[in-house]
Amino acid sequence: MREVALTVTVNGEQISRPVEARRTLADFLRDDLSLTGTHLGCEHGVCGACTVLLDGDAVRSCLMFAVQADGAEVTTIEGLSEGGLTPIQAAFQAEHGLQCGYCTPGFVVSAHAFLAEHPDPSDEEIREALSGNLCRCTGYQGIIAAVKRAASNGSSL
Amino acid sequence: MKPAAFDYHCPDELAGAITILQEYGDEAKVLAGGQSLIPLLSLRLSRFDHLVDLRAIEDLRGVSAVDGSIRIGAMTTQAHVARNENAAAVPLLARATSHIGHYQIRNRGTVGGSLAHADPAAEYPAVAMALDASLEVAGPNGTRRISAANFFMSTWATAMDPDEVLVAAHFPVWSGSTGWAVDEVARRVGDFAMCGAVCGIQLDGQRVNRAALALFGVGSVPVRARGVEATLTGATVDDLDLPAIGADVAATLDPPGDLHASGEQRRKMAKTLVPRVLTAAIDEAKHA
Repeated sequence: MREVALTVTVNGEQISRPVEARRTLADFLRDDLSLTGTHLGCEHGVCGACTVLLDGDAVRSCLMFAVQADGAEVTTIEGLSEGGLTPIQAAFQAEHGLQCGYCTPGFVVSAHAFLAEHPDPSDEEIREALSGNLCRCTGYQGIIAAVKRAASNGSSL
Repeated sequence: MKPAAFDYHCPDELAGAITILQEYGDEAKVLAGGQSLIPLLSLRLSRFDHLVDLRAIEDLRGVSAVDGSIRIGAMTTQAHVARNENAAAVPLLARATSHIGHYQIRNRGTVGGSLAHADPAAEYPAVAMALDASLEVAGPNGTRRISAANFFMSTWATAMDPDEVLVAAHFPVWSGSTGWAVDEVARRVGDFAMCGAVCGIQLDGQRVNRAALALFGVGSVPVRARGVEATLTGATVDDLDLPAIGADVAATLDPPGDLHASGEQRRKMAKTLVPRVLTAAIDEAKHA
């Protein structure tokens, strides 16, 4: 039982394969599926770089074992942006919401889940929603402006 | 970071989980939402040969009204509690939930996990203490109920045996003119509190009919301020000297110091937080 059977839908594609039980969802996505858009910063749930959607909810993929996603639908940054830049990504570009880009996938995925539930957020709500994602170079003003721009364009997707 | 290898169990019935825990004893650990356990495993601060994931046991999810209380299944997520209509009958729950981590954490973190993990700086254990919640625990000999006052033993330690599973928590509902408040001091939003307070006030006109106050982050378990509750009960609200009450509570505390805050700082935080939550709760109860 150190290795377990896993069936999970990732970015619309069903995947069935054995996985080591201790493998986190983040490592499974990056190392087993080569979906390296999901970034790992702190690996203990603080930085938010590894945020993915699990059945539509934003979660930390470093705080889950892959096997816990059995039967679920996982969407990564690659799945959100299959048709080119999403409106949220375009807003990050327009507002200079990124510099080195390491934290960006986590921010974009978090913003995606947040705007889906809060299409018309206040500044306070945006700040609160982004408080679980850390950026170490750009600063937060551009990121907050990007989410505001995406919201005012009516883009949750 | 990789946790040490473990055997993964995912029983679909409670009895199966208990059997596994009985078989492996201290070598096994229950996995709920994993938002505290998985980092402990990844950092190798803890290791277990067996993890028993409760996610497939459907009976452990859900919120219902039972005998004047709200019963919350242990595997119900914090995010679910915050928006559930039944849970709204216990306003402290949703208010405390907003202080737990970030929404990405609350989407996975569970009520049972938070209570069973028994972190002294966590919000739900303090709510359970303040409200005299009852914890429903299942083991090889059936189900038993443990009051919150007897449940939290020390940092990360509860009165549950290694082969027992927390099934649900029952939070009593208060009726009438009630007000509620949760506040805490943390370095940043989502950080563990250095000191926090939860309180409930029930008014009969201007008279306090019932009061509940608990603090967290100031000891190895949440601290119920029963002395203050007694002082408040029967008093006329506008006669109360709330800053003095805050000072009295603070004087009874002996909080531990760590790199986040010294014991003395935490005592001062309690002195500030107690009147703040009491004022908010009384004000809300007056307008209820």
